[in-house]
Amino acid sequence: MAQNPNRPISPHLQIYRWGPHMTVSIFHRATGFVLATAGMLTLLWWIASIAGGQESYAGFQAWVVSAGAEATGLQTAANWFFRLLGLAVIYSFFQHFFSGIRHLLMDMGAGYELTTVRTWSIAVFIAALTATALVAMLVASRFMGI
Amino acid sequence: MGNGTNLGRVRGLGSAKHGTKHWVDQRLTAVGNLLLTSWLVLSLLMLPNFAHETVAAWLAQPSVAVPMVLMLVSIFWHVRLGLQVLIEDYVHDDGNKFAVLTLLNFYVIGAAAFGIFMVAKHAFTGAPA
Repeated sequence: MAQNPNRPISPHLQIYRWGPHMTVSIFHRATGFVLATAGMLTLLWWIASIAGGQESYAGFQAWVVSAGAEATGLQTAANWFFRLLGLAVIYSFFQHFFSGIRHLLMDMGAGYELTTVRTWSIAVFIAALTATALVAMLVASRFMGI
Repeated sequence: MGNGTNLGRVRGLGSAKHGTKHWVDQRLTAVGNLLLTSWLVLSLLMLPNFAHETVAAWLAQPSVAVPMVLMLVSIFWHVRLGLQVLIEDYVHDDGNKFAVLTLLNFYVIGAAAFGIFMVAKHAFTGAPA
């Protein structure tokens, strides 16, 4: 059926002035997707490699963490890919985590004043980036010896 | 399809007193994830190192294997609900939508079953050398 192009339609995204609440919203979705795919598959690989014994765990470490001194070019490339992916997953985790807490609080009906919406949205990014930096530094210094 | 009866006309089109179930389940699993992933992160950071013997002994304990299994259930249920909304928002063609939602169901159930089996196998049979 042909649509009347002049029909009244509800305003879409481009009508509104962009604000931090919109950024936090789309980041929640994007980070959720990253966690659901890359995050969970890596976690399952890690769990399966533990259950598989010493050798399979060494295989996981060689591909994901570090292949040591005798690393092939492919392994070195894979290591850097997975390190960057790991950083993205850690950030996604904290972003989704704090953003999720914000959602749960707003579901209770709290924080709908414009200034509060703005403050909470910015706070989510600050908390996520801070937690990511802390965990990344902790992992790098304690477990990877960097 | 279903032109005859009142039930036939409304079946599959939405709420029959369970309209909020999806929304509530997503929040329920969100709270589960909040607790269980917090446990996982703190638990991992408290390990002395990530050598195989350390993590294998850690994962074999009931106090680790049980929350790990619960976490996998809670997370993959949450993934199921969250990605369903994502797919419904972005995949408009009915056939493609059906196909992608089917893949999503296969992914979450398959991945969760795999993860739970691995944790259980490890906890029940102990760490292989």
